[in-house]
Amino acid sequence: MKRIITLTVNGEPVEGAVEPNRTLLSFLREDLGLTGAKHGCGLGDCGACTVILDGKPVNSCLVLAVQADGREVLTIEGLADNGKLHPIQEAFIETGAIQCGFCSPGMILSAKALLDESPKPTETEIRTAISGNLCRCTGYQKIVEAILAAAGTAQGKEVS
Amino acid sequence: MSEFRVLNTRAARLDAPAKATGRAKYADDLAMPGMLYGAILQSPLAHAKILNIDTSKARKFPGIRAVVTAKEAGLVKYGVSPARYDETLYAHEKVRYVGDEIAAVAAVDPATAQEALDLIKVDYEELPAVFDMFEAMKEGAPQIHDEFPGNMNAEVHQEFGDTEAALAACDLVVHHTFLNKRQDAAFIEPHACVAVFDLDGKLTLHTSTQVPHYVMRTVAMVLQIPVGNVRVVKPYVGGGFGPKCEATPLEMSAALLARHTGKPVKITYSREQVFLHSRARHQFYAEMSLGVKQDGTMVALKNKAILDGGAYTSFGIATVYYSGSLLGGPYKLKAMKYDGQRVYTNKPACGAQRGHGGVAHRAAFEQLLDMAAEKLGFDPVEMRLRNIMTRGDMTINELDMSSLGMKECVEAVRDVSSWETKKGKLPKGKGIGMACGFFVSGAGYPIYRSDTYHSTVVIKLSEDGGIATVLTGSAEIGQGSDTTMAMIAAETLGIPLENVRVVSGDTDLAVDLGAYSSRQTLMTGHATKEAAEQLRGQIAAVLAETMGCDPSSITFRDGVVLFDGGPGNFEKLRSLYIKEHRGWTDPPGGEYLTFREAARLAYLKLGSMVGTGKYKPPRLGGSYKGAAVGTSPAYGCSAQVVEVTVDLETGQITVDRMTDAHDCGLAINKTQVEGQMHGSLSMGLGECLFEEVKFDSRGRVLNPSLGEYRIPTALDMPNVDTILVESNEPNGPYGAKEVGEGAIMPTIPAILNAVYDATGVRITELPCSSERLYMAMKAQEKK
Ligand code: FES
Ligand code: FES
Repeated sequence: MKRIITLTVNGEPVEGAVEPNRTLLSFLREDLGLTGAKHGCGLGDCGACTVILDGKPVNSCLVLAVQADGREVLTIEGLADNGKLHPIQEAFIETGAIQCGFCSPGMILSAKALLDESPKPTETEIRTAISGNLCRCTGYQKIVEAILAAAGTAQGKEVS
Repeated sequence: MSEFRVLNTRAARLDAPAKATGRAKYADDLAMPGMLYGAILQSPLAHAKILNIDTSKARKFPGIRAVVTAKEAGLVKYGVSPARYDETLYAHEKVRYVGDEIAAVAAVDPATAQEALDLIKVDYEELPAVFDMFEAMKEGAPQIHDEFPGNMNAEVHQEFGDTEAALAACDLVVHHTFLNKRQDAAFIEPHACVAVFDLDGKLTLHTSTQVPHYVMRTVAMVLQIPVGNVRVVKPYVGGGFGPKCEATPLEMSAALLARHTGKPVKITYSREQVFLHSRARHQFYAEMSLGVKQDGTMVALKNKAILDGGAYTSFGIATVYYSGSLLGGPYKLKAMKYDGQRVYTNKPACGAQRGHGGVAHRAAFEQLLDMAAEKLGFDPVEMRLRNIMTRGDMTINELDMSSLGMKECVEAVRDVSSWETKKGKLPKGKGIGMACGFFVSGAGYPIYRSDTYHSTVVIKLSEDGGIATVLTGSAEIGQGSDTTMAMIAAETLGIPLENVRVVSGDTDLAVDLGAYSSRQTLMTGHATKEAAEQLRGQIAAVLAETMGCDPSSITFRDGVVLFDGGPGNFEKLRSLYIKEHRGWTDPPGGEYLTFREAARLAYLKLGSMVGTGKYKPPRLGGSYKGAAVGTSPAYGCSAQVVEVTVDLETGQITVDRMTDAHDCGLAINKTQVEGQMHGSLSMGLGECLFEEVKFDSRGRVLNPSLGEYRIPTALDMPNVDTILVESNEPNGPYGAKEVGEGAIMPTIPAILNAVYDATGVRITELPCSSERLYMAMKAQEKK
């Protein structure tokens, strides 16, 4: 039996009819066409499906769509403001923090949740905050640099 | 200052904005009207005869549109190398590993497809299975393929010089054995694809692959469709690292189901299926002896390899050759002997993965080198520098090091890491280690025997002259090849990077063998450069004709035209342009003729403005058997220093610092080169310290998830001091060569050499977990 849910996604009110076992990830991707949240494992292991639910980063593959009823969801598609990229997005682009990009939406949203809580994090805080977001391409270094840069505390450490 | 305007900079990637905003589409993000969902039935048994397959219930299940088995698919054999086609799309007489594909279904939604799989009834007669490569080689072991007695999939025996005699004449011979574990590539995007037939019988396959060209050929062969009727289009790909280098049962099943239903069909692997499909790093056993002279000169190497191939060949023939050939450098040797065997077992097939075939043997060899250095009383850096190859050296197995900044890399990591103040001076529990390695910059030969070009590229200019579009079949899989090609095109045409677009990864656009063996920068790069030069020449010719000057006096730079290096007297051309554009809102100005004006004038003369380029390597390598594997127009190389802290109570290893220098010829994009280095080190660190695909006693993967199979997180990776060495490769476009794989070569041995420095314990088996190191330290104490 499907259930009707109403929620706010990227600032817009959304209504949907979902089976009780549908995940928020599949609702976002399939019903709303918001494919920025990625399906990397479906088990809560990789963080590619990270979205922000009521201000907190969650693995949307582990959240049921019905659990999001009445709540507020931010996906990567909603991060830019009227076409103007968010400073974290800018920093990821500039620093070279994106390779294949499959982890990037989740990584950027985890970074956003961190910077909202703690605007001037240390490198260790950043590494801890993104430790649930796996990236196989970058070795994380440029991601950490990007988040530091976005926080305005860049301390580049490159030799070249 | 660099002579380049676009190359050798830190330009942002072309695709980064799309990826940062969630707009970039990957295969699983695609949807088409009427699309069906496929699912694949895989064997639950590791080795069994198939007695009967009954699909009748599944066929009648509501929502099911097609069920296919070997009966529908046929029995065309395929694989990677034509010398060992040993797979059929679906198992017919028997299954050979847990995960072997048996049937596929298409349904209106994914849940229905999954349910229908349970309704397919397969009767098996279970056979004895073998999971260990050493067991598989024994007399009386279960036979996995009738055609390959003794489970011997491939054997290589090569010798250069007289190894036994050379070893006998050495002052010291050191021995070492080494065993790595099966590694998974663990790209974050599981394979996915959507197959669709048009009404003329042409198949389009949108798939997560590194090699659109090879997928096109294999799918055409297996499904018996003319190659010209198969188009493979690669959307954005979420990492490949090797295992996405061959056509998959997923792609072929989607295509077959699309043919049977007349509808688009999408299939996506679950994470568990990614582990079952595997095609990732082999398990290697290495046995090595190195002979040296008292003065530190390396003389002879004896190298033996056994590879656990799993149930099928995949890339394995190349793999077993690489384990030998990639030890030919970067040190001079007088003799080298290699004996390699790849063995079938009842496990998922292994294939190519970053550093193909070379990683485990490099790890063994670089430890052996340290062992020899210690016995002779040499510093490991000094020992390496004594034997190092330089530009123009030829390895004993005839690999031509046309550029090789190996020495510069070693010196750079030594200096940046302050090696000399640390080596031998650190307290117990702290250690420093180093290692080197090199890798091909593009395989010298295609996988199938052919005189094909390895890359063709077309560049088109827009009719207004403003935009150049590069059309290529090359595969952007995250490494940045689209940006690399755009930068080469922009530099060559003399226009800003933002005026170049790239359309790639589509077999209808051009030929490209794809993203494997670190080949695209060099090979697609050459073709891109040639196409841009041709286009540039066409424009210059038109200008020269109008101006009555010599075309060679015309150059392009930063989007403007130079005549004899200056603005020149181009009034005539500008008037022509303004006349043509009367009333247009954007009249050209400035003291130089712009590229856009020039190209528009050329268009009025030529119509289409298209440049084409192509590349294939010259004939490379020696004439011995297997000489092709390891050949390349160029070789990239890397040196690394790693510093560790070992908790002597628990064996816990912390990697404190990594210093990496890589010679990439010319860094087309410095940021991207560093990114490849960081990613390589991270994959090497994971393999060294904790990654291992484990099996239970019945051949089932025990840890088929990214929770149980652990890859490095942001907390495991230290920051890397990253040094670019630019040797200027004569065979590369603008002097460029590889970085994607060479950088992984030294990581494992550099860590293990550091662990030895910290503990005095030599690790001979991966992963070097705290348990293993703890046990090894205990065993050492007892001695
Ligand atoms: S898909 Fe949700 S954590 Fe991996
Ligand atoms: S950029 Fe590829 S997984 Fe992070």
